[in-house]
Amino acid sequence: MKLAVASGKGGTGKSMVAANLAFTLAWTDPVTLVDCDVEEPNLHLFFPAPATITDVTVPVPVVDETICDHCGRCGEFCQFGAITVLCDRVLFFPELCHSCGGCTYVCPKGAIHEHPRRIGTIATSLPRSNLKLITGMLDTGNPHAVPVIRAAKELAAADPIVICDTAPGTSCPVVEALDGCDACILVTESTPFGLHDLRLAVDVADRLGIPAGIIINRSDGKDAQTLNFCAGHDLDVLMTIPFDRDIAAIQGRGDLLCQHRPEWQKAFIALFTKCSALAGVHR
Amino acid sequence: MIRLAVISGKGGTEKTMITAALAHLQAKSLVLADCDVDAANLELVLCPTLIRMEPFMGMKAAVIDPALCVQCGECTEHCRFAAVDFDKNGYHVNPLRCEGCAVCAYVCPATAISMQPRQTGEIRYSATERGPLVHARLVPGAGNSGLLVHAVKKLAQEENPDRDLFLIDGPPGTGCPLISTISGVDHVLIVTEPSVSGLHDLKRVVAVSRQFRPRIAVAINRFDLDTALAETITTWCRAGNIPVIGMIPFDAAVIASVRNGVPVTADGSSPAAQAIQILASNLERELENDTDTRN
Repeated sequence: MKLAVASGKGGTGKSMVAANLAFTLAWTDPVTLVDCDVEEPNLHLFFPAPATITDVTVPVPVVDETICDHCGRCGEFCQFGAITVLCDRVLFFPELCHSCGGCTYVCPKGAIHEHPRRIGTIATSLPRSNLKLITGMLDTGNPHAVPVIRAAKELAAADPIVICDTAPGTSCPVVEALDGCDACILVTESTPFGLHDLRLAVDVADRLGIPAGIIINRSDGKDAQTLNFCAGHDLDVLMTIPFDRDIAAIQGRGDLLCQHRPEWQKAFIALFTKCSALAGVHR
Repeated sequence: MIRLAVISGKGGTEKTMITAALAHLQAKSLVLADCDVDAANLELVLCPTLIRMEPFMGMKAAVIDPALCVQCGECTEHCRFAAVDFDKNGYHVNPLRCEGCAVCAYVCPATAISMQPRQTGEIRYSATERGPLVHARLVPGAGNSGLLVHAVKKLAQEENPDRDLFLIDGPPGTGCPLISTISGVDHVLIVTEPSVSGLHDLKRVVAVSRQFRPRIAVAINRFDLDTALAETITTWCRAGNIPVIGMIPFDAAVIASVRNGVPVTADGSSPAAQAIQILASNLERELENDTDTRN
């Protein structure tokens, strides 16, 4: 089963939920945790362990200036403005390139081939028995998160239980992380910001046809609007985590709630059972 | 016009709350932009009056005409984004995956594929008590958030050249929308929090910001939840010549003000509001130091 943890709004506690769920399940089952928040991955802070690092590369064009006659077709074709052809040379802007390969197809001289360009890394580690952590990390200054997310997920493709922690927001990095998941947990907080962004996240899950359930985090008891929204959209509230300075401190220093307060493990096992039901998987 | 972006790296450090409070306290004439286009929240505390709205057209998307398609599969084979699906209804393009590269249209031997404009969001131009606000809404799941950020910034600046300060509420992260937000700004204010995640993400967003050479300042929100980590962050910033210009305590008044849809500084007596007043006056000095060497 592949499960995603998403949120719309940032800082609602996605990583906390993903880390504690994986920690708890790993007592009994092999679990793979994939950090798909490649712009700001944090799960490795909760599971420090030696990791194997591999590069993520994308193909980018290299022009053979000895063959190129500066006809300009590649620059005209590129929809992303990554190539500008001058009368005597070709300028290439790698950060704009989407690696579609179009320039290599349209070049009448066959003067363009592709070379790998590094845009990020994947770190794989085994921080606990039964637990594999795969962290995608975008190189700083690189705008293209999606290929790094894809590469991280591919490494977990054959694993039985996969939990993907996603970036906040609702745009392409979130879509890439959710794609192919059997269910998703949307973590929110009971504020107007939390609810506004929860609506958007529910919309994304709907468009992708992925069943979703809700976790209300840092609840101060004033959850009526969030609960009404969930009831109106037929969304189950899978778990409510109260606001508690002690929980915030555990999380803040990079520790696990379920390790320091083991009574929470039961709640995370129940959460997984509910997610399995959402995904239509019987356990 | 001085351009200032409030960013964070890590999400949920309350940069929107702080942006709204800074807007409330600013003496300068302002134009505001919400560049967190896929989860825009500034409007929830600034109560804008919508003046006009325009569609945002993202990259074109491929569309296959089933009447012309000869089902050869060249499009599927050449698409690097796995955006062309094949099922009982034939070949069709998944718009959520299509990046608009036009390779499929180029390789199609039957010229059955055309690139069609698509609306991936809308841009809103509004009035607030503190000045014009340009905000946007990305269609949930759509790409091109960096392009939309660019369009939001461009509109805000073009229509308000005489304003003193362009104040931007930025997105979390370090990728495409963040890069689009900070390119061309004079100052960034990074709002962080005293957690290992906050510090880790701060380091990354500083590394990205430095590539664009704005002046960088940091504010630590909820610093009293872990004063030791707040000190670690301050020490790290000092070592990198980054001024820490605000220390805001955890305060229930913050959530209460967000729920009431007003800036937390509207009632200036709470500890958070007082700390943000100090942040605002320190920021004022930072903005005036504009001619100093950039860090």
